[in-house]
Amino acid sequence: MIEEFTITVFSENSIGILNRITINFTKRKLNIDSLTVSESAIKGVYKFTIVVKCALATVENLVKQLDKQIDILRTFFLREHEVLHQEMAMYKIETSTFLESNQVEAIIRKHNARILEVTKEYTAIEKTGHKHETQELFEELKPFGVLQFVRSGRVAITRLKKELLSEYLDKLEKREMSEEI
Amino acid sequence: METITLDNITTKNKTSKRVSGSDALILSLIAENVKTIFGYPGGAIMPVYDKLMDYEDQLHHILTRHEQGAIHAAQGFARVSGEVGVCLATSGPGATNLITGIADAFMDSTPIVCFTGQVYSHLLGTDAFQETDVLGVSMPVTKWNFQVTCAEEIAPAVAKAFYIARSGRPGPVLIDITKDAMFAEVDFCYEKCTKIRSYIPIPETKDIRIQQAVELIDNAKRPLALVGQGVVLSGAEKELKEFIEKTGIPVASTLLGLSALPNDHKLYTGMLGMHGNAAPNIKTNEADLIIALGMRFDDRVTGKVNAYAPNAKKIHFEIDKAEVHKIIKVDVTVLGDVKDTLARVTKMVSPNAHVVWRNSFKFIDDQETSRVIQKELNPETGQITMGEVLRHLNEVTKGEAVIVTDVGQHQMVASRYYKFKNKRSFITSGGLGTMGYGLPAAMGAQIAAPHRKVVSISGDGGFQMTMQELGTIAFNKIPVKMIVLNNDYLGMVRQWQELFFDKRYSATSITSPDFVMLAASYGIDGQKVTDRKDLHAAVQRMMDSNEPFILEVAVEAKGNVFPMIPAGSAVNEIVFGDE
Ligand SMILES: Cc1ncc(C[n+]2csc(CCOP(=O)(O)OP(=O)(O)O)c2C)c(N)n1
Ligand SMILES: [Mg+2]
Repeated sequence: MIEEFTITVFSENSIGILNRITINFTKRKLNIDSLTVSESAIKGVYKFTIVVKCALATVENLVKQLDKQIDILRTFFLREHEVLHQEMAMYKIETSTFLESNQVEAIIRKHNARILEVTKEYTAIEKTGHKHETQELFEELKPFGVLQFVRSGRVAITRLKKELLSEYLDKLEKREMSEEI
Repeated sequence: METITLDNITTKNKTSKRVSGSDALILSLIAENVKTIFGYPGGAIMPVYDKLMDYEDQLHHILTRHEQGAIHAAQGFARVSGEVGVCLATSGPGATNLITGIADAFMDSTPIVCFTGQVYSHLLGTDAFQETDVLGVSMPVTKWNFQVTCAEEIAPAVAKAFYIARSGRPGPVLIDITKDAMFAEVDFCYEKCTKIRSYIPIPETKDIRIQQAVELIDNAKRPLALVGQGVVLSGAEKELKEFIEKTGIPVASTLLGLSALPNDHKLYTGMLGMHGNAAPNIKTNEADLIIALGMRFDDRVTGKVNAYAPNAKKIHFEIDKAEVHKIIKVDVTVLGDVKDTLARVTKMVSPNAHVVWRNSFKFIDDQETSRVIQKELNPETGQITMGEVLRHLNEVTKGEAVIVTDVGQHQMVASRYYKFKNKRSFITSGGLGTMGYGLPAAMGAQIAAPHRKVVSISGDGGFQMTMQELGTIAFNKIPVKMIVLNNDYLGMVRQWQELFFDKRYSATSITSPDFVMLAASYGIDGQKVTDRKDLHAAVQRMMDSNEPFILEVAVEAKGNVFPMIPAGSAVNEIVFGDE
């Protein structure tokens, strides 16, 4: 059965690590649905959030193969109900449209979006939410003419526990590992 | 992200002096106790080659005739010695010529460190002459790789490379060095790497897993132990022997596990897999317990996965977590180094003998002997068979040789019929099945083990893939014994065409030069045998020689290797070929 999984990878800050990660998807002909990378709560440790649709057995193997890459500290995968996740979207419409139709403002309010910037030419709007929510706003703005629309990859935190990576790192340093399969 | 630094390396025995990056590389190798390297020069690696002349008495460089020869030689060197094999190549084509060998080492967990030259760092990414993205190209087939762009990075990169290549599940590592880093000056200081925070070479073993394994072993009525190369890599041959001798558990080996246990050991039941022995394959599916020791359930071993060992609980002794449950779901996973975990299990298990179960293998063995082995080893008429050559080799070498093979029918015949006495005596390309591996790997093995007799066994096809290494062998007087089993076919593919493609022999008939004359042109002695009556004496002559020697044997053109588990069949559906 194909499911959606959120994979979190914590890595050292090394050149080529993204390549090492994606190779493991490519070799299984797995498509990456979404990808976000940024420095994590721990300085120098980078966090990749990757969304993939595949079978459970596939993601289990994949995660272990990622985990064994030398520069990867730790890899987890989480199911839909185990993560709290968001994506950020930005939209640009003509300021004239925005001013002429009071509907646009109502749409923005209804979707809990916010206006980032207004110039003579355009108005930039931002919305954070699930993909279907940012998409819905896009659909509703479309009739008014959307000049630009972008959406970020997913960012996610677990519903299960707080990020244990720093404790994990301490343990790694002390080699007090107790890992189970 | 910022530029990389090689931190996380713990320090010991520091020495310091001002040298060039090239010197730093060579001194680092010497610090790692490397005595021999294989390589081929070119523009981007020239500064290192220049400095090699200053260290000739400490570091022996062997010039191969192709970079593929260098990497396979390094692999053979590593496999026979258990040490890290090292090779050196230039940028671009030099580096890409290493890739097949790196991929092979990656599949077969061979500890290798490759150094490739790279264009000047200011030219990176500009498609400069002989620039290839070697990190990108090698990434899918290396355990780790790294690009050095300044001299300061050289020593720590080498330290890390050797640590990664040899620790945990070994594998190939590549270090790409820009030319400017070789020229630049640096205060040389070598610190051995002993730890990397993001890398756990040996996972922790849980006591409970040892207990669970012991319990399953004690309760098993029909246990079978499967030995993989993990046993060899971990140096656990003795622990293996103690374990089986205490428990009376019969043992089978994968292709890469061969020679971990002497073939004549009373508990040894033969080789697993597609062309393995019938009894261990069939008995796999009768066993009530499979004890997998440092093996990874390769598809050539399991046959049809969902019909594999259906009656057995399974214990997996494994160092690489990513191998656990990958193909076969197991009941107990004993993570750790098999040398340690197996010894712990042995201490706790109850002595046993499993006489009835062991005796039940005999009936199948007899079948295989009468229906396959007898005909293969002792044919009375017809052309010489490959098995016959192996029989004579056994008689002459008494199982003491290091056998290095290429890939194909001859490989399967060699693995089936050589009677290994000593550990680390079988070197073959298993996971990747790389034709052209045998000759250069044998060359490397012979250099690593100068006091052992090293015999390479190749087919006429594969020999032609790397036979340029005859040049290296001749020049360095490397006394390898080379057997070419010439069937005028790409035999293994032809066999599949015969069995599964209606005998349509597409592109498998292959012509060859006269191998003995070819070798003679390099000044290498040899003999060609076409008649059965000359075979024994020729093998004897070859083995008596203290020099390189080639023995070409004209063998049966359309011989087939049996038994065989046809692809997609279960292990107990093995066929003898006379059905
Ligand atoms: C580099 C490479 N190319 C192709 C193959 C596919 N292949 C496997 S066995 C084989 C035939 C080998 O022929 P030969 O060396 O004569 O050995 P034989 O099987 O006849 O003993 C081929 C072509 C391979 N394993 N490696
Ligand atoms: Mg052939």
